[in-house]
Amino acid sequence: MEQEPEWVESTGADGAVVLSANGPWTIGAVSTLDRRIKAVPLNGAQIAELDLSGITKLDTAGAWLLYRTRRDLLADGIDTRLKGLDTRYEPLLDLVEQADLAHPEIERVRPNALLSLLDRVGKSVCDAAEEGVNLLNFLGLTIVTMLRVIAKPRRMRVVSLVNQIEQTGLNAMGIVGLLLFLIGVVLAFQSAEQLRKFAAEILTADGLAILVLREIGVLIAAILIAGRSGSAFTAEIGMMKVNEEIDALRTTGVDPIEVLVLPRINALLLTLPLLTFFANVAALTGGTIMSVATLDVTYTQFVRQLADAMTLKNFIVGMVKAPVFAFLIGLVGCYEGLQVGGSAESIGRLTTKSVVESIVLVILADATFSIVFSYLGI
Amino acid sequence: MESDVVIKVRGLRTQFGAQVIHDKLDLDIHRGQVVGVVGGSGTGKSVLLRTILGLNTPREGEIEVLGEDARRTADTVQQRTGVLFQNGALFSSLTVAENIQVPMREHLDLSRDLMDELAALKISMVGLPPDAGPKFPSELSGGMRKRAGLARALSLDPEILFLDEPTAGLDPIGAAAFDNLIAELQKGLGLTVFMVTHDLDSLSAICDSIAVLVDKRVRLGTMSEHMKDSHPWIQSYFHGPRARAALASRLVT
Ligand SMILES: Nc1ncnc2c1ncn2[C@@H]1O[C@H](COP(=O)(O)OP(=O)(O)O)[C@@H](O)[C@H]1O
Ligand SMILES: [Mg+2]
Repeated sequence: MEQEPEWVESTGADGAVVLSANGPWTIGAVSTLDRRIKAVPLNGAQIAELDLSGITKLDTAGAWLLYRTRRDLLADGIDTRLKGLDTRYEPLLDLVEQADLAHPEIERVRPNALLSLLDRVGKSVCDAAEEGVNLLNFLGLTIVTMLRVIAKPRRMRVVSLVNQIEQTGLNAMGIVGLLLFLIGVVLAFQSAEQLRKFAAEILTADGLAILVLREIGVLIAAILIAGRSGSAFTAEIGMMKVNEEIDALRTTGVDPIEVLVLPRINALLLTLPLLTFFANVAALTGGTIMSVATLDVTYTQFVRQLADAMTLKNFIVGMVKAPVFAFLIGLVGCYEGLQVGGSAESIGRLTTKSVVESIVLVILADATFSIVFSYLGI
Repeated sequence: MESDVVIKVRGLRTQFGAQVIHDKLDLDIHRGQVVGVVGGSGTGKSVLLRTILGLNTPREGEIEVLGEDARRTADTVQQRTGVLFQNGALFSSLTVAENIQVPMREHLDLSRDLMDELAALKISMVGLPPDAGPKFPSELSGGMRKRAGLARALSLDPEILFLDEPTAGLDPIGAAAFDNLIAELQKGLGLTVFMVTHDLDSLSAICDSIAVLVDKRVRLGTMSEHMKDSHPWIQSYFHGPRARAALASRLVT
């Protein structure tokens, strides 16, 4: 049966306060002991005596309490003596004392909640601005490197380009095809519902063609690629950064932009337009099947109407956006990957950031295109 | 009353696929012993440590830590053991001080002030600078991460301390201070230490027994006993130039 840890106060001869510690003074008990110690009334005593002969077990947490009590009593001008501590525990008390002397004050700054909120808001605004500047820098660096590689095409990393095309393009076809087919189905169904009220069901074909070719095909494909490939770029490059592989490349005289960033961006520049074309086909197929199945139009009628609406202009308006979106996604994905530093933990954070940022940029760019096209009357 | 043997391994066999790491391995570690574990790279020192901690399930054999079966990682055993992993394994989303407080929060009910005091104490004890407490692990150097990892391992004043290459990557002065700290804690707390190390200086300075992992088993003995062993790896390990230098420096001091 283990003894309970204790802390007993009594008055000794010559008016000294005698504090006797008994039982195990270990980390399991320090919580209670800490409260008891703080509650000791000293009543203006001049001398305190800590009788430690009853201590049966001591660890650093218990030793800390003993040491702190003596230190605080001494600081209050009370003459404090320790006695009766088992000699085998003396090194422990010395250890704690040395540790405390090495780090005199414990800083405990608990900042005001409102101030720290303001602080965080201000910091995130500044960070966002800095991020924008850095991204522009990175854009410049990438373009310069790209031009240099174009001037010397032998420096093109063909193997990794082909590898990236497979990963970002070929492997994405399943998901892009499936999702856009379903979106085509949904679009056709929703617009047919509305147009039926005006007995203009056949105009579903026009709506579908314009919406898919100009906006939906390229936008959804770009968002999917941002989530799928942009995040992969950040994670892959970030992992290499944590392993110091990027530093190893630099010290070998290999430009990481040339071998890691360019193949990825170039691959997206090639695959996203192709995926957009594929996405358009899938969405139009979905929409056609849905319309023919639910509307009172024949397949031939619907397809003729669709073909009329699928003008070259509408097709091109959608397609020109694809390389721009591809460039944004690739740029942000690689940039955030290179921002990884220190620990693997930042990979997760920056991957999320890269996806959010590239989707925001894609939609901003899309809105800009819309404004420009309407201004030009296209 | 539990026996004097705090770690008991009997007939251990560990295997990854077809690769056998340990076979018929026996090991007894007594309370208060400081055992250094040595062996060539990839001989399974880290795996042995993980298996004793119950992080890795052995194919065969029995392991008892503080009288409890290691496969049932009991709460009481976790409170009474501290581990420093090879790369520190600090929680990257917490500051150093919060890392040290994790075991306290999990197992005890301490006031916030007391936890802050104890964390500051541990930070100072392991030789980190005072401003290390509010830093995140990614802001520390490799050696500082090791120290922070040790501070977390010592958080609950454990009875057994497991260390995986604690001094690897430290500068020689830092490594010597690390050895000193372990020795002092060992004296003060009666700590049992299971230490994987390649550092011959720490082996000769603080370990009272050395476990050599060869041929998938452990040979436990003192340094002078191992010096007489005729196994070729042990011969070259303890009679190499580095071993002689470490021993010589010990004789001089
Ligand atoms: N999770 C695992 N899966 C497969 N093999 C492993 C695993 N962990 C370790 N090993 C193998 O076990 C062997 C011993 O590893 P380890 O204990 O880390 O060596 P060391 O003695 O250098 O610490 C190595 O050959 C390693 O490849
Ligand atoms: Mg290892």
